[in-house]
Order: sequence, then structure tokens, then C-alpha cells
Amino acid sequence: MGKETEEIIMAGFGGQGILFLGKVLAETGMMIGQNVSWIPAYGPEMRGGTANCSVVISRQEIASPIVIEPDTLIAMNRPSVAKFIEQIRPGGMLIYNSSLIDQKEFRSDIKVCAIPANELAAEVGSDKVANVVMAGAYARFSDMMNFDAFLKAFPTLMPANKKELLELNLAALKKGYDCAQSTH
Amino acid sequence: MAEKVLMKGNEAIGEAAVLAGCRYYFGYPITPQSELPAYLAKRLPEVDGVFVQAESEVAAINMVYGAGSAGARVMTSSSSPGMSLKQEGVSYIAGAEIPCLLVNVVRGGPGLGNIAPAQSDYWQATRGGGHGDYRTLVLAPNSVQEMADMTIAGFEFADRFRNPVLLLSDGVLGQMMEPVTLPDPVDYEVNSKKWALGYNGKDKGERNLCSSIFLDVDELEEHNWHLYQKYQVMTDLFSTGEYKDFAVEEHLCEDAEIILVGYGIISRILKTVVEKCRKRGIKAGMVRPKVLWPYPTHVFERLAKTASQFLVVEMSCGQMVEDVKLSVNGKKPVYFFGRTGGTIPSDFEILNEVDKLVRPD
Repeated sequence: MGKETEEIIMAGFGGQGILFLGKVLAETGMMIGQNVSWIPAYGPEMRGGTANCSVVISRQEIASPIVIEPDTLIAMNRPSVAKFIEQIRPGGMLIYNSSLIDQKEFRSDIKVCAIPANELAAEVGSDKVANVVMAGAYARFSDMMNFDAFLKAFPTLMPANKKELLELNLAALKKGYDCAQSTH
Repeated sequence: MAEKVLMKGNEAIGEAAVLAGCRYYFGYPITPQSELPAYLAKRLPEVDGVFVQAESEVAAINMVYGAGSAGARVMTSSSSPGMSLKQEGVSYIAGAEIPCLLVNVVRGGPGLGNIAPAQSDYWQATRGGGHGDYRTLVLAPNSVQEMADMTIAGFEFADRFRNPVLLLSDGVLGQMMEPVTLPDPVDYEVNSKKWALGYNGKDKGERNLCSSIFLDVDELEEHNWHLYQKYQVMTDLFSTGEYKDFAVEEHLCEDAEIILVGYGIISRILKTVVEKCRKRGIKAGMVRPKVLWPYPTHVFERLAKTASQFLVVEMSCGQMVEDVKLSVNGKKPVYFFGRTGGTIPSDFEILNEVDKLVRPD
């Protein structure tokens, strides 16, 4: 990526922790001193509906926080791929949850990374942290935020009295990071 | 200075209100501003404040009237349909000259509309909204930081002018998170307003009365001219006086041939458009009114001499464009581009409009 700005859209169904995933990215960006913005697509739908969220991380002041052509799409389910894949800017990246998305062929002008997020999350103890597995995968590809930054940001995202929750999330983060490599 | 925290716009208003010394909130939930009452429901009791979820918007605004009359810093918030319901009370408050902060996190209208971001309440906001000859001071933030800063400023302005101040925001600004440096707390003394019902200082004189009833026509005319004079003072302060720089942000206007005009979240998109224009050799600039009433007419009078055209962009069918036209006063053409119903215009489509105007072939 190697840019001044990273624009990410993440999407899935309600309950997959999409908004939290966005918050992980934004908090990490803020922690390392970058400008960040986070915008949820808020709608009348709740659990089971679609959820998506846009995050911008930039070395410069963020003019428009509205993401139209993301550098990266993090797709947690199949409808999210269908909805957003055409928007990824040429040369951008798709990180997708291969636990729930069986599609193998995507646009040829983007990089692709498959992460079996639900399985990896289950391996560390709960498939509820599949979103955090994806954050770990993103850490592998981000130019501005390395894995250490994510590790440092995480304690501020968790309730201070839930130590076991922090450990679970850090394990999920590591799983995603270790698994991630681009296939195109 | 405090460190940065990641907050939603709605929450930033809530925390800034507490820092401004506001201890009273009365409201009724409505998307997309409900995080604000939710935040204050938790936060106000921690500082011995009062949070009331009223039985309706009408009740809430009249509670604001009461607390404001007593001298307290008080606020309410809502989104478009809820603000319509509050307008009767806003008119009474303006008539009785009660300081308070009103927040409208605008959504798509008319009617029940939808819950997506919009700017279609501009007319309601800047033309009073309720009945009678009155004005509200209208502030238009464009970031989560400004949601906080303008909340503090709003309470100060409200007290200074004894007038309701409206923070006009939208669904994006309310819902989005950005890093915020929270302002320092203001030391607000409740017992400081000599006109207030609750004033109990040593120099307390006659019993105070806060009312908007003037049954005698001469008295009401005198009162209305008094209000008018106050609005003139406000207009002067925001155009030539001490708040003239607060009122507006200009971006690359000095050599601009085309000036893009937008407030709130639109101004962020316009900044991106200006950047793209400049890369393509188009001399574009941007004017962002930060105060929507009194309108920063003075800036347009000046720029009408140097720029060749204006393009106003709004999330409405065209409301603020009328104020730009009044300000430019026929000296240069003023064009409009808008999306409505909850749609946010993209930088691409605005750039396309600029192209059409700059290269008319």
C-alpha cells in the first residue's frame, strides 16, 4: 500500500462485530499518532441484518471521511463481497472470511487474502472473536500500523477488569496475523 | 491539555456540555442522535446533574424553558421530526430571551422521512423555525472535535446574547468517531444571571419574570424592536466584530475562480474536491460557513469581486443556496448541486459538476 492514507471498508452481518473491528483499526491508528475517522452504516436493521463500517487512517488531516473507493475490503460474509467488491480501488486488497465465503475467484486487479476467521477464532476459544482475527490479518498488510501497534491499542478497547477477554482477543489477533499472506 | 479520545460526535456533545457546566438535559430519544441522551443519562448523575427523558419533545423543550429561566445551563437535542415538535417552545424561549443549547442531528425529511444524514432543516434552523419575529444563533460543526468545541461556544454565546443557540449537525457527524481533545471545564456559576428567576445575589432587586406574553400591542412592538436590535448586534459581531473569524472557514479562496460553498459534513467532501481540482489545474476554493445565522455575508461580498462563479453543495434540494445568492447579490452566478433523501454526494459527482461549469464544452 505505501500511501499517506489507508481507507478500509469492513462488512458482514449484524452480530459479527463489524463496528468493533472498525474501532480496533481506528483506535490503533490514533494510538500511533495518525488521523483517523470511523463511520458506521447505521440503519433500521439489527441482528442478522447487514452491517458495514468505513475507517480512514491518514498521516494528513482527513478531508472527506466518506470512503467510496477503499484500499481494502474486509468481508466477513458472502453478501458483503457482492456488495462492495466493485468499489475496491484497482490494486487494492480483499481480505475475506473463507469460513463463510466459498467463492475462490475474484477481480484479477486486486490482491486477495483468505482467512478462515471462524475456525481460527474457535481454535483460540470462541468464534465470537472472528472479527479480531481479521484485524490481525489486516495488521500484516497495513503500511501504517504494525502488529505491535495493535497489541498496544487493545487494552484500551477492553474493559479493564476482564483480563481473560484481553488474552482471548490478543490470541485471536495473533492467529489472524500469522495466517495472513496475499495470494495474488 | 488532555489526551485524545476516540468518540462519536453525539457523545462528544454530551461530554462537552458537562464540561461547559450544563447540568440539565431534557429530551426524547430519536435516531440518529440517541447516543447523546444515552451518554448524558449516565454522565449527568455523576456530576449531580439532572437527566429527564420527557414524555414528549413538547414537554422536553418546555422543561428547558423552565430550567433556563431559573438561570441554569440547559440543553435539549433531537433529530428533524423531533425538532419540528419543539418549535413552539423554541419560539417562547426566544421571545422570553432564555439562553439554552438546542442540538439537531438532522435526518432525511420531510415528515417521518428516514434516519439517514441530511441538511434539509437549514430553513427551519436559520429562519427561526417557530412563529414570530425571532432568530436563533446557528452553529454548524464539521468534525467530532468541533461538535465538542461548538457545544462549549454555544453555551457561552447563549448566555452572552440571552438567546437560544442551535447546533446544526447531521447523521454522519453524530454517528462518526474521530479523535477528540476535550476542552477544559468551564467554571459556571448558576447564580450569576440577574434577570433569572433563581437569582439570589446580594443586589437582588424586584422579583424577576421570564415571559413572552406582551398583550399590549405597543409593548410587544417595543419588545420585538428590542430583539431586532439584539440580532443586529449579533450580526455585527459575526461579520465585522470579534467573532468574524469564528464565523467562517476559507480554503484556498485567494486566487480561486470557482468557489465551492458547503457547511457541515459537506465541507469535508468539498475539501477533497478542491484538492482534486487543484491537481487538475482548476483554481477552486472553498467557503464553509461555521455560523449559519447570522450568515457570513461579508465573505461572499468580498469574494464576489475576485471569483468568477460559486457552486453551492448541500444534502438538500437547495436551501442555503438562497443565502449565498442574497450575499453575492447578483454580482456573479451562483449554481447549486445537491443530493437529498439521506444520500451523501460523492467527491466524484461534485467534481463532475465543477468540470461542467469550468469547461462548459
